Amino acid sequence: MTLVRYQGTETEYGIAVVGRPDFNPVLASSLVVNAYAADGHRRARWDYEEENPLRDARGFTQPSAHEPVPEEDVGLANAILTNGARFYVDHAHPEFSSPEVSNPRDAVVWDKAGERILEVAAERAGRMLPGGPGRVVITKNNTDGKGAAYGMHENYIVDRAVPFGQIVRQITPFFVTRQVMVGAGRLGNEHGLPDVPYQLSQRADFVEVEVGLETTLKRPIVNTRDEPHADPERFRRLHVIVGDANMSEVCTLLKLGSTGLLLSMVEDGFLPDPPAVDAPVSALHEVSHDLTCSRPVLLRDGRRVTPVELQWHYLEHAQRYCKEVAVDEVTKDVLAVWERILVALEDDPMSLDGVVDWVTKYRLLRRYVERDDLSWDHDKLKLVDLQYHDVRRDKGLYNRLAASGRVERVVAESEVRRAVTEPPEDTRAYFRGRCLAKYRDQVAAAGWDSIIFDVGKETLQRVPMMDPGRGGRVQVEELIDRCDSAAPLLEALQG
Amino acid sequence: MSEGERVRRQRPRQTEEEPGETSAADQVDTSDVDDLLDEIDEVLEENAEEFVKNYVQKGGQ
Repeated sequence: MTLVRYQGTETEYGIAVVGRPDFNPVLASSLVVNAYAADGHRRARWDYEEENPLRDARGFTQPSAHEPVPEEDVGLANAILTNGARFYVDHAHPEFSSPEVSNPRDAVVWDKAGERILEVAAERAGRMLPGGPGRVVITKNNTDGKGAAYGMHENYIVDRAVPFGQIVRQITPFFVTRQVMVGAGRLGNEHGLPDVPYQLSQRADFVEVEVGLETTLKRPIVNTRDEPHADPERFRRLHVIVGDANMSEVCTLLKLGSTGLLLSMVEDGFLPDPPAVDAPVSALHEVSHDLTCSRPVLLRDGRRVTPVELQWHYLEHAQRYCKEVAVDEVTKDVLAVWERILVALEDDPMSLDGVVDWVTKYRLLRRYVERDDLSWDHDKLKLVDLQYHDVRRDKGLYNRLAASGRVERVVAESEVRRAVTEPPEDTRAYFRGRCLAKYRDQVAAAGWDSIIFDVGKETLQRVPMMDPGRGGRVQVEELIDRCDSAAPLLEALQG
Repeated sequence: MSEGERVRRQRPRQTEEEPGETSAADQVDTSDVDDLLDEIDEVLEENAEEFVKNYVQKGGQ
């Protein structure tokens, strides 16, 4: 059987206009989004009707929020793409929210497609900057190294019947240690520690609490936003904010694949009581600060285990679980990569050069340190740290390594190229993307769980899409192929 | 953890050497390293100090 889990990534990209440090980042982000989306067509609005980021998974709605939808974000550039993604401005960053996919390998494809879209968009925006042409740099990272953080969030649809507390208990030790396998790496730290010139995770130092609703301050290990963008009776969406944005496709596959497997085991009641970490937030920081990945974490029962051992706990259960329930190739790949990386981390983390982002970047930095006799706070190293994440394929350092075959890839570039314009075929993103491509002038607005059509009648017509798995190619391709405009499509859907 | 189960690594270490900063493998560079750094030097932003100074982001989510 296939282990289907609807999922996706949303990435806030770093943005800078070269040589113009005072350039307003909100304006720059808008220019980037608009440059990509501008083609003379009418633009569909984003439909906010079902959005409520203040609904809490613990069962209440936050009364006075720290995070209202910022006034300045309303009316900003906002595009819905034919691949089913949302491309817009959020918190002074261009954000690419991937379409819903059904498995972690597809998540890699559309996550990478997001990088390609940002690359094209930034290049176009540079040509039309107010005040004359210039260059817009876009980085897929999570911190500027000066105290600011911005997010890459993972989203997983989870069975509503699972008590949220069970997810929290099982996933917290997993998240505390997952970074050894999938951290993006960074120079420096947020704690003023002189002995931490480099660490595993971009995000870890910005995490302050174990569980919480907020995303821009007091960031939690487990985020409680309860906004499923789907039938709330059947689904919840686990909104994960603790992770790094990865350049490495292996890391993205493993990050989403291992987390999805953990959620499946929680849903099926397969896991024993978790190895509870004594002080998860400080443990998260400490794991990130240890390049040997061998410093033990204190458990509540007094035992000390390494981050890799904690990951073995989850992997061994996942291997057993998959013998019982799943045999699809993607899941097998995830298990194989998970095991291979844990073995390598125990033998020598540095052997993961070209596989895991934090190692690949660290090795590069070390070579500079050794060749040029640089101190770890040298600006050239900080530049390498940033430019590793530059989305340009000819200038971004990860991309240079990829072009010369020095990093391991998971998907073919032809798949990524296709995903820039085409939606996944087995989720509702297919319906969204194809409707945008074929009936764009009749789409008044669209959101994750609906499309609103304007076919010239007195009222707009809303098509709800409350199940992420419905609206795929099998269900709607023939219908869309047959309908030359939205009116017969709607008639057929209502008929 | 279920009763009797322990958190453990599945595989024995293949070497007693501590990984990371001091491991031998870490000191060994492959033969194309100089080529790699030369290639990267060609694409690095020209003024590292200025680029790094100007790279300031607003906080996000």
